Amino acid sequence: MKTLGLIIVGLVGAVLVSATVNFPPFGDPESPASLHVSPRYLEKTLEETAVPNAVTSVLADYRGFDTMFETTVIFCAGVACFLLLRVPRRRLPRPRQYRHRLTGLTFRIKEGGEVFLPLREFEPVDSIWTPHDFIIEKVCRYLIPFIQLFGLYVIAHGHHSPGGGFQGGVILGASIILLSVSHSLRTALKRMGEKISALFSPVGVFIFAGTGVLCLGLGYRFLDYQALATLLPVGPIMARSYGILLVEVGVGMAVMGTMVWIFKNLASRGRYDEGL
Amino acid sequence: MEEFLSLIIEKYNYWIYITLMMIGLYAMIAKNNLVKKIVGMNIFQTAVILFYVSTGVKKGATIPIIEHGHDVAHQAVRAADYINPLPHVLMLTAIVVSVATLGVALAIAIKVYHRYLSLEEDEILEQIRGL
Repeated sequence: MKTLGLIIVGLVGAVLVSATVNFPPFGDPESPASLHVSPRYLEKTLEETAVPNAVTSVLADYRGFDTMFETTVIFCAGVACFLLLRVPRRRLPRPRQYRHRLTGLTFRIKEGGEVFLPLREFEPVDSIWTPHDFIIEKVCRYLIPFIQLFGLYVIAHGHHSPGGGFQGGVILGASIILLSVSHSLRTALKRMGEKISALFSPVGVFIFAGTGVLCLGLGYRFLDYQALATLLPVGPIMARSYGILLVEVGVGMAVMGTMVWIFKNLASRGRYDEGL
Repeated sequence: MEEFLSLIIEKYNYWIYITLMMIGLYAMIAKNNLVKKIVGMNIFQTAVILFYVSTGVKKGATIPIIEHGHDVAHQAVRAADYINPLPHVLMLTAIVVSVATLGVALAIAIKVYHRYLSLEEDEILEQIRGL
């Protein structure tokens, strides 16, 4: 298998390298990719959509269909992870561990056993438990609010600076994942439960598609944000800018929800009791 | 010699991506462990993403955010001054989708491990044939 793999890889690589002879040179402004439709986007974005960031306007306006279905793909991936991994909650609770905070003694509760421990003195711990690092815990605790604030800024300011729904959504999702890694999965679940993360991704897709349907209902084409001018006290060009913002919020919610949802399913193997 | 050097300078970026892509392809073909195959798939995706982004580069151009502001006089935009936004848009979505597909692949790997108690391809195939 190894030699066969090397032969295949060598052949494919040779074909690809020989094909590069016909490719445009690196950094060529006259390369075919930069000639047909992209100059139009760059020249018209400011006057047609009032969005200076061409990436945002192409993403959400000129190529809105593409982005809408990409969001749907992400949602489908989240659902697939859920369906593959999630196990139904059992009638009898699984065996679990509690640790006495003061003495450090750990108790193991048998399957189905019930306990009434004062939770101020006992904390639930994972079966493979290592003491938390004090510095990491504290630093992450103070860092996470700022990370989330930055994520919101990236979503909201995507019109004028690098950013947008995808990037901001990933930053927001990463902040929750950081909480889970630095503390425990239970802490993250308390902040953002399974239902919320599972609700965020379809709601995000719904906001995106709903904006399109709203435009359709107002007598314009699907995802033609110009239609919003009839609802908002702005002209058709600014209405496009606001429509893009609405859609970006939807994308951000979908991406954040799905990232956190996939992580929780993977980290706890669908059990949602313990994990990274 | 001159010609050969200029060929290298013009095309070396593509050769880097092809090398990366072949590393990923080799991992997908030859590695025995399923997680290593998934990592190979991710390297392959990254190579494609790099290739796309590099096609948008224009020499002497800046990021595709049109110069704007209250005091900047509105003038005609020259497309040669800004890099091509189209590959960036396509890859922006592709990066997030690749993370999502990576999640699904890892979920399937977890399921396979539950069923066969192994992630090695030959051991799994042995068990399937033995059943």
